[in-house]
Amino acid sequence: MDMITVKIDGKDIQVPADATVLTAAQMAGIDIPTLCYYPGLRPEGACRVCAVEVEGVKSLVASCVYPVTPGAVIHTNTPRVRNARRTIVELMLANHPNSCLTCERNNNCELQQIAFKVGVRKVSFSGERREWLKDETSPSVVRDPEKCILCGRCVKVCNDIQSAGILNYNNRGFDTLVAPVLNRGLGSTSCVACGQCSVVCPVGAITEKNDVDEVWRALSDPKLHVVVQTAPAVRVAIGEEFGLTSSVETGKLVAGLRRLGFDRVFDTDFTADLTIIEEAHELLHRIQNGGTLPMITSCSPGWIKFLEHNYPALLPHLSTCKSPQQMFGALAKSYYADKMGLKPEEIYVVSIMPCTAKKYEAKRPEMSRDGIVDVDAVLTTRELGRMFEEAGIDFAKLPDEEFDEPMGISTGAAVIFGASGGVMEAALRTAVEVITGKELHDIEFAQVRGLEGIKEATLDVAGQKVKVAVANGLANARKLMDLLAAGQADYHFIEIMSCPGGCIGGGGQPLPVDMEVRLARMKAIYQADRDLPLRKSHENPAVKELYKTFLGKPLGHKSHELLHTSYTCRPLFKEC
Amino acid sequence: MFEGACACAQQLPNNGDYDRLAELLNKYKQQKGALIPMLQETQKLFGYLPEPAMEQIARAFAVPLGHIYGVATFYAQFYLEPRGRHVIRVCQGTACHVRGSSKILDRVKQELGINAGETTKDFRYTIEPVACIGACGLAPVMMINENTHGRLTPEMMSKILLKYE
Ligand code: SF4
Ligand code: SF4
Ligand code: SF4
Ligand code: FES
Repeated sequence: MDMITVKIDGKDIQVPADATVLTAAQMAGIDIPTLCYYPGLRPEGACRVCAVEVEGVKSLVASCVYPVTPGAVIHTNTPRVRNARRTIVELMLANHPNSCLTCERNNNCELQQIAFKVGVRKVSFSGERREWLKDETSPSVVRDPEKCILCGRCVKVCNDIQSAGILNYNNRGFDTLVAPVLNRGLGSTSCVACGQCSVVCPVGAITEKNDVDEVWRALSDPKLHVVVQTAPAVRVAIGEEFGLTSSVETGKLVAGLRRLGFDRVFDTDFTADLTIIEEAHELLHRIQNGGTLPMITSCSPGWIKFLEHNYPALLPHLSTCKSPQQMFGALAKSYYADKMGLKPEEIYVVSIMPCTAKKYEAKRPEMSRDGIVDVDAVLTTRELGRMFEEAGIDFAKLPDEEFDEPMGISTGAAVIFGASGGVMEAALRTAVEVITGKELHDIEFAQVRGLEGIKEATLDVAGQKVKVAVANGLANARKLMDLLAAGQADYHFIEIMSCPGGCIGGGGQPLPVDMEVRLARMKAIYQADRDLPLRKSHENPAVKELYKTFLGKPLGHKSHELLHTSYTCRPLFKEC
Repeated sequence: MFEGACACAQQLPNNGDYDRLAELLNKYKQQKGALIPMLQETQKLFGYLPEPAMEQIARAFAVPLGHIYGVATFYAQFYLEPRGRHVIRVCQGTACHVRGSSKILDRVKQELGINAGETTKDFRYTIEPVACIGACGLAPVMMINENTHGRLTPEMMSKILLKYE
């Protein structure tokens, strides 16, 4: 890329010729406030908070969309700029509820931060304000449109990144509302519950559904034996809630959960290993018996819902394996209950997930037996952070502790479930050994790793070519499905994760998130894999024991009853 | 793109208008910038934009339904609710206002039992809120469909309304 010279606030600086004024200023170490701009989303220049002065241009320009030109002279800090920014924010606040103290985003709100940054002095609450109903129809995310500042980030993530097409600008002028299709409640649309809208929303207008109090209630009920499971991606991100950088914090996480009062602290990685064994055998079974191929992974509930609404004809491609979260719940209330001499209804299962769609998944009617749900409550990483706060736990000072047995034992293959490509890699580690009957030494499959949207690989397994594909983000998944529907995808196995980067970029993960944060979390995930002595699912001793004493064999009768599920065709634009 | 095939979602009202809609879709779906004309034609056909029709348009144009809805709610010309056979517009301009147009509007509302912007249950009448319809010489004035009725008094209303079956 050609470099050009521009002058920002009196200093010459070299920037790429295709930079915007905003990125150029960032390179110069100048912080320009932004609201509608979000890295990775199509910039629109809607809010004008990022206004700057460019010499020779009469009006102020929106720096997030304004391109640099050679020799441009830019001022980011003039009285005119400061006034304009302040006025814009004051106008936003005039139409904004005054409810920071009780808001989910209190202390982590971009509007608050910007109001502070631009030095808002007065807010006139005298004008007319739009009143909108809160939308609590989705089990995963809550919309509070009165707090919406119409920045459009959620619209872009929902349409461009997820291709779900649920959120849009409706109406016009004073009545403009960012809302689901037909102004319906989210829960009655084909929203896939991915929560990516809650990740990009700068304010408290879209948040995860907060289930913290239900978990507190269960923890203080003496009749309940409360167990908790934590997903792989939580351990590499929970530290961010407390100002730490993304790194493996498994020990502190376990210690913190124990302090909260859980009777047992278990690991979803245990059932991730189990998923791999069931799934690898299912794949082999399909290959050997002419079953539907390619087989597609089924651990990402947003993805499942997406396929059910958008490509019901492709449902036979889905693995019938429940996700690790649901396998865990089903086993906690059977295998573990038996071991402990408890009745299933005396056990309360809490999951800590990077994902808002897991809340939806736990409520699917298929995910229960005899009226007893597999998983009782699902909290996101963000909600767990809040629980630690409420309990006065100083996360950074916690000691390192170990998971409980037996459902806390796992391998490196399970932990990489947290990153896009991880399920594929874990399945290959097992499938290749099952097919060849020989020990696999080269267990790191670099072709399926990384943040790229669609990854492909062809492997030679005992003389047979095995073709696989991995997609993350639902717009990428849609591309693969369009190929598959057109008969142009001759893969054996496809892994799909709803969220960009996989679970590490999940809709329930700490804020804010960008490419750098995703990369750091991903690095931590592969670090956690390397740190573990066992790195193949079928070597997990606790899972072996589970098969020996309880399940019998992979895809056996008990597995089918507890660990496998079925899918439903759903209408394209609504919920049934 | 966006053409899922869940059987329960495919049932369209058994109504000849949907055959006509399918023809229109065939005509418009390949054309660039044809969404607005398509919506206009659809409204002409049904009198408003029914949800199943918008769904069909979304499928044919391969865009999310939310996008169609966004466009339909952005332009004042589109209606998302069925409208009455007769659309009543009572002028609320200054000239009419001085000559008592609010009493005229109140009387219409009373007679029909609906508010401005609403439609009677039998789909006979819709009251459409308007500002000035530009016939100040006849104040107070109202329009029913394309017909202008001027120099109105509240007492005249029931007789006028009855003329529209
Ligand atoms: S969205 Fe931000 S500014 Fe608005 S009430 Fe919540 S914390 Fe306060
Ligand atoms: S949860 Fe996902 S699908 Fe649903 S509205 Fe948000 S971004 Fe769109
Ligand atoms: S809901 Fe949030 S992300 Fe969406 S437009 Fe409103 S403020 Fe922006
Ligand atoms: S951040 Fe540039 S216009 Fe909103």
